[in-house]
Amino acid sequence: MTKMLLSTAATAALIGLGSTASADCAIEGEGSVRILANDFQALNAVVSRAAECASDTVEVTTNETEEHKDIQVAALSTDPAAYTVALVANGSLVPLLNEGLTRPLDDLVAEYGEGLMDSQLVRVNGEIVAIAFMANSQMLHYRADLLEENGIAVPETYEDMIAASQSLADAGVMADQMSSDFLTYDSNEALPYWEAEEVALKTGWGSRTAAFIDENGAAPEIAAQTKVAAMPSWGDNDIPATTLWWDGFTMAKNISDEDAAATFQAMMYALSPELVADPETAALAAWLVDGYTPTPASEGVFANVEAGARPYPMTPYMGMLHTALGNNLAEFLQGQESAEKALEDAVADYTTAATEAGFLQ
Amino acid sequence: MPHKTFLAFILPSLIVMLLFVALPIASVVYQSLFIEHEQIMTEVENCGPFGCTVERRVDSQAMEALRSEQPAGRFNGLGTYFNSGHLAFERIGQIWDRTETWGDFIDQVMNLPFYKALIFTLAYTFIVTPCVIVLGFFIALGVNAIPGLIKGPVIFFSLLPMIVTPLIGSLVLYWMIDSRGIIGSALQVIFNDPTLSLKASPTLTWVTLFVYGIWHSAPFAFVVFYAGLQGVPRDTMESAMVDGASRWERVRFVTIPYLLPLATFIALMQLMDNFRVFEPIVGFSAEANATSLSYLIYSDLRGSDSPLFASAAATSVLTTIGVIILLMPVLIRTWRDFNRKA
Repeated sequence: MTKMLLSTAATAALIGLGSTASADCAIEGEGSVRILANDFQALNAVVSRAAECASDTVEVTTNETEEHKDIQVAALSTDPAAYTVALVANGSLVPLLNEGLTRPLDDLVAEYGEGLMDSQLVRVNGEIVAIAFMANSQMLHYRADLLEENGIAVPETYEDMIAASQSLADAGVMADQMSSDFLTYDSNEALPYWEAEEVALKTGWGSRTAAFIDENGAAPEIAAQTKVAAMPSWGDNDIPATTLWWDGFTMAKNISDEDAAATFQAMMYALSPELVADPETAALAAWLVDGYTPTPASEGVFANVEAGARPYPMTPYMGMLHTALGNNLAEFLQGQESAEKALEDAVADYTTAATEAGFLQ
Repeated sequence: MPHKTFLAFILPSLIVMLLFVALPIASVVYQSLFIEHEQIMTEVENCGPFGCTVERRVDSQAMEALRSEQPAGRFNGLGTYFNSGHLAFERIGQIWDRTETWGDFIDQVMNLPFYKALIFTLAYTFIVTPCVIVLGFFIALGVNAIPGLIKGPVIFFSLLPMIVTPLIGSLVLYWMIDSRGIIGSALQVIFNDPTLSLKASPTLTWVTLFVYGIWHSAPFAFVVFYAGLQGVPRDTMESAMVDGASRWERVRFVTIPYLLPLATFIALMQLMDNFRVFEPIVGFSAEANATSLSYLIYSDLRGSDSPLFASAAATSVLTTIGVIILLMPVLIRTWRDFNRKA
């Protein structure tokens, strides 16, 4: 218990909450709150607020790990479930729904959820299965100063984007259109390149934008010139080439009603308007909670919504399709295979996996 | 030895082997024969922050009933072994029909996931293993010849690659070969080609992985050979010297024959180790250009939302068969030796 509280205090200090006062979290009744979550700043903020609810009668334990997706099904299948609440995204909620491991939240929302907005409620056939609290999508990051100096408009299509990077290369501003190692970069690796002024345009997740526009970061003058916009569209499709995601929480079916009530109240405390009252936390994501006013990092998400980007499908076989495409498109992107061949391989991969999982005959 | 004593001697290890080797293998074989039940789907309306959509969803209650009836899943026989993720006979047939030259045919077959992984695994095994033995042997000869005072530190530094965890070792090298890392950018300057990337080209990725494998395993061969060198009979060596044998001839006709059984041992260990190559592929993020059988198992289990147990089990069984084939020459030799003695 002490250890847990210590780590909570450390997390809170790390993310700059500065205070660990827990006077406001009052939970009716007793219970155990066991949180499973992914590990990134915005979720850390939510989880550490929920952890403030620990008291003599309420035990709070947390597990923030990037492996959350791989353990969630097994962890919620046991009776009682290893976690009372899982922080999920629209993609990772599906495996839990497939196995029927989530608890309908309608009663809890009616009793404790007065602070929730209707747009936060995720319903399947009218039944509330999850509560969303932040939105996420990929967005275009660009260097406003470089585009302006070279008379380039913010790209709205991928064709524009390629033309823009070509003119930046022609003008000698950037060395190349794209690094040849592009397949192996993630957001963490892209950051130093961005800060070293070697990149003028990039697409990336909104939940990671805060690091790129952080004026207290390693390169404040570059961060100040970093702006975000909707993802470019491709071909003549006129909608951003991305999908909309939400992050939220869902609760385990196999837990006692006391634990469920305590957990729901802790989450409601975590997601109360004070969460986003702290400007540093507010800047971390596009929050969907009451009291949030959009910050620069979230502009891209809202721009995507406005431009008609589609939500990521919650169909049960989407994950397999995603994997099949991810495993097979690299060869096309590197120019080793034609698009037809790469797609044929993806179809074969998907067919194999979906047949084995019982979705295809 | 009376049968009873023999049994008492062997029983504990027999039980352990049965529990931790035979049973798991049997269970993997069993799992590979079953696939998930046919999913019962319903249409539902999903509503969230971005509006409502009508989507299909698994009817989890109906599925639960099916599963409690048949917990292992649907019997699929050897279907999983033959599907396009594994031996892919049907796809090979299609490729045969549509290709005209042998080169084309082999190219396309080698692009099938299982064969792609198999060819890399075999290439890795048969390139890294001999290189490790030869390199380890020469390091051992070198270290054995240096004076005692600096021998200790030299041995320690030669062992470092093996002490470093494979994943960490490959990550360190991975960052060095990045086009902005010390090795990557040095190569770009040497070859005067700013687009040169060790990570983007399949051939260079393979070479990188081989070099990493040799770097990592050479210390193992070195240690074994070095220990062996301490036991090379001094009088044979001295009589060779008296006979006027050069240093090379002494190595060739005294040291090598004496160390040969050790080389067989290292070859065996390395064949098995290299056949299950996995960490470097993860460490180097090389899965776009190089996959191994072990990597296939990993990606079946961790790749998508729910693990594909049948695929992973089938690949495991095929890998086990591969190891048996690989070790067959040694097994046959042991059997012959045994018969000769008997």
